[in-house]
Amino acid sequence: MSKPTTDQVPDGGVVAEDPADHSVWPLWEVFVRSSRGLSHVHAGSLHAPDPAMALRNARDLYTRRNEGTSLWVVPAAEITASDPDAKGGYFESAQGKSYRHATYYTQSEGVPHL
Amino acid sequence: MATHTPQLHAVDAPGEQITAEAQRAADDARLGWERFQELIEQDKRVEPRDWMPNNYRKTLVRQVSQHAHSEIIGMQPEGNWITRAPSLKRKAVLMAKVQDEAGHGLYLYSAAETLGTSRDQMYQQLYTGQAKYSSIFNYPARTWADIGAIGWLVDGAAITNQVPLCRASYGPYGRAMVRICKEESFHQRQGWEILYTLSHGTEEQKQMAQNAVDRFYGPALQMFGPPDDESPNSQQSMAWKIKRFSNDDLRQRFVDMIVPQAEALGLTLPDPDLKWNQKRGHYDYGDLDWEEFFSVVKGTGPLSHQRLAHYRAARDDGAWVREAAAAYAAKQAEADRGSALLRA
Repeated sequence: MSKPTTDQVPDGGVVAEDPADHSVWPLWEVFVRSSRGLSHVHAGSLHAPDPAMALRNARDLYTRRNEGTSLWVVPAAEITASDPDAKGGYFESAQGKSYRHATYYTQSEGVPHL
Repeated sequence: MATHTPQLHAVDAPGEQITAEAQRAADDARLGWERFQELIEQDKRVEPRDWMPNNYRKTLVRQVSQHAHSEIIGMQPEGNWITRAPSLKRKAVLMAKVQDEAGHGLYLYSAAETLGTSRDQMYQQLYTGQAKYSSIFNYPARTWADIGAIGWLVDGAAITNQVPLCRASYGPYGRAMVRICKEESFHQRQGWEILYTLSHGTEEQKQMAQNAVDRFYGPALQMFGPPDDESPNSQQSMAWKIKRFSNDDLRQRFVDMIVPQAEALGLTLPDPDLKWNQKRGHYDYGDLDWEEFFSVVKGTGPLSHQRLAHYRAARDDGAWVREAAAAYAAKQAEADRGSALLRA
């Protein structure tokens, strides 16, 4: 890809303000455990005034078809996330370390149960 | 934490003093744009905290919020029939469907919120009439058969439109669409079944089913939007991989699907030009009344005023509930703080 010059770069940027700041009710993230033995998985988000209402709303919004056996609701403001701009550097230490995977070791090919 | 690559520092601003801050902002924008283009080119998903062009964000906020508003307003023509559904079973089904529409609206508002526009702001835009929603919901549901036609044709057109949106380049939108598409297929089938029951009933019932199909066929085809040569935003949306197929391609796909479905119902589609084109491998269909479409979009639809008035009344009448819930939450939080202090 050719390097763009400055005037080719369109206006843009990351989210400047948190939409939750303009909301009457805070934002909650919803996690659903679809069946026993599985982890809770992020399903989506919703607004609710308090934890009890958040749970009820989560039930009505994300489990109308038996999608869940257990629900977590977490205030979105309480989540600490990694910086999206840092993704290259931040996750670099895992790169180039293929010896952490079983496929790295090839000598044992053909040897049963190894 | 932004990384600064030296060779990207070449910001051309001859004769101007570039502050370090402006320099950094320009570099960030350039890096962000490069990464954005890479994501789109490689068919990867853009996520909320990624850099994105403002126009991409604006386009998405407009499209996703419009879609959300459509789900919310779309509850009205059907909700209106809950009390008059012909059996307890039909009533339960219709309530489930209307509840789904509310859910779909909320999934989509959530997706739009990740772009930085709050749900309350979007509610406000709908309330004040600034926001648009699909003009199909400005047509009345006159008979019970219309509920069948809405499910079969209106939800059917929506599904045809929405399945490719599951792969939209913006992650949260795609994920919302996956959830919605799973639920919509029940909507279409229940609609088709209402029409099937009617078309296999008395002569009068069959006629009622036919009239409903006659009323909704044209408007349902128009749900895909104006013809490609009159749809200026489509091309950009496709370049950004928000849209995957053009309006006319999707419309054709829908027509090809509903012809055999209408035959199975024993009903006809009200289009004298509708016929199989062996050469194209598709059904040809007649011109649609775009003049009417654009006048309905502009707000002169049969029920534009009533739909908005009903929404406003529901918002206003429900205000005390929202306020009470917020007041209760504040009081509980206060009490929790108090007892925490006592324990300390």
